[in-house]
Amino acid sequence: MLELTLNHYLAVSAILFALGIFGIFLNRKNVITILMSIELMLLAVNINMVAFSAYSGNLEGQIFSLFILTVAAAEAAIGLAILVVFFRNRGSIAVEDVNILKG
Amino acid sequence: MIEALFFYLFAGVMLASGFMVVVSRNPVYSVLFLILAFFNAAGMFVLIGAEFLAMLLVIVYVGAVAVLFLFVVMMLDINFAEMRAGFQKYLPLGLIVGGILVFELVAAMYGDAFSKASLPVASEIANTTQLGGVLYTKYAFLFQISGLILLVAMIGAISLTMRKRVGVRRQSIADQNSRRREDVMEIVKMPSDKTKAKNNSAAGSVDDK
Repeated sequence: MLELTLNHYLAVSAILFALGIFGIFLNRKNVITILMSIELMLLAVNINMVAFSAYSGNLEGQIFSLFILTVAAAEAAIGLAILVVFFRNRGSIAVEDVNILKG
Repeated sequence: MIEALFFYLFAGVMLASGFMVVVSRNPVYSVLFLILAFFNAAGMFVLIGAEFLAMLLVIVYVGAVAVLFLFVVMMLDINFAEMRAGFQKYLPLGLIVGGILVFELVAAMYGDAFSKASLPVASEIANTTQLGGVLYTKYAFLFQISGLILLVAMIGAISLTMRKRVGVRRQSIADQNSRRREDVMEIVKMPSDKTKAKNNSAAGSVDDK
């Protein structure tokens, strides 16, 4: 219990990932909170990567985690930009209003 | 011993703030709890020996991404209270799916596979030096491609949100440089000064009468 193992980190990251999924289910109408839940899930994946990398003594996991961080930052920027444009056009960001492409 | 205590502190605060991100009523509070979660994740990274990624998490996430979220939340004028409708309706489904996921992941890891893994002794070389040695040699192309991804994201975000507003006068240098003399100037024949003065005096005398 008082000695840290790989399983501790994996359990924490699993719970955090599930919290992210829980957030997506819970806030179905609010795109901003959905984006934040996705950030939580990416953080969980990063913790997983870094834990495996540290416990296997292999730096590749940390490198990969760095790339995940890059892509997550790009994704957040693009997602929020789309959100702002959508709000300008429709005056709302509710998910059920996102149906312009529906025929 | 002390490491384990700090791990439980960081993990507990991180999971609690992650939960608050999901359930909190006001999105501004959600963003602030997200920042707290990232700080605690950075603490966990330091604990496990990944200092560079911990600092990167603080700089990139807390410094850039979370502040971006904060800006957008405060910029959009939305009634977030009415977005909470259906919160109770989706609660059971979310709990079921999340519970199943946690159960499966934890069940997978409490098999025999990772039980013998233990943290290797910290090496003499700093984590940042090690990462730099691999990143700029073996993964140089991936590093450049990730820079390219950031560039594309930047251009995309700017071109998405930039708009031409009507009624705002802006300087257009192309228009200015393409003006020609024939288009914008015209020569008007005016009567010479002498005849103008005579006409004026004539008009004045007419008025006098």
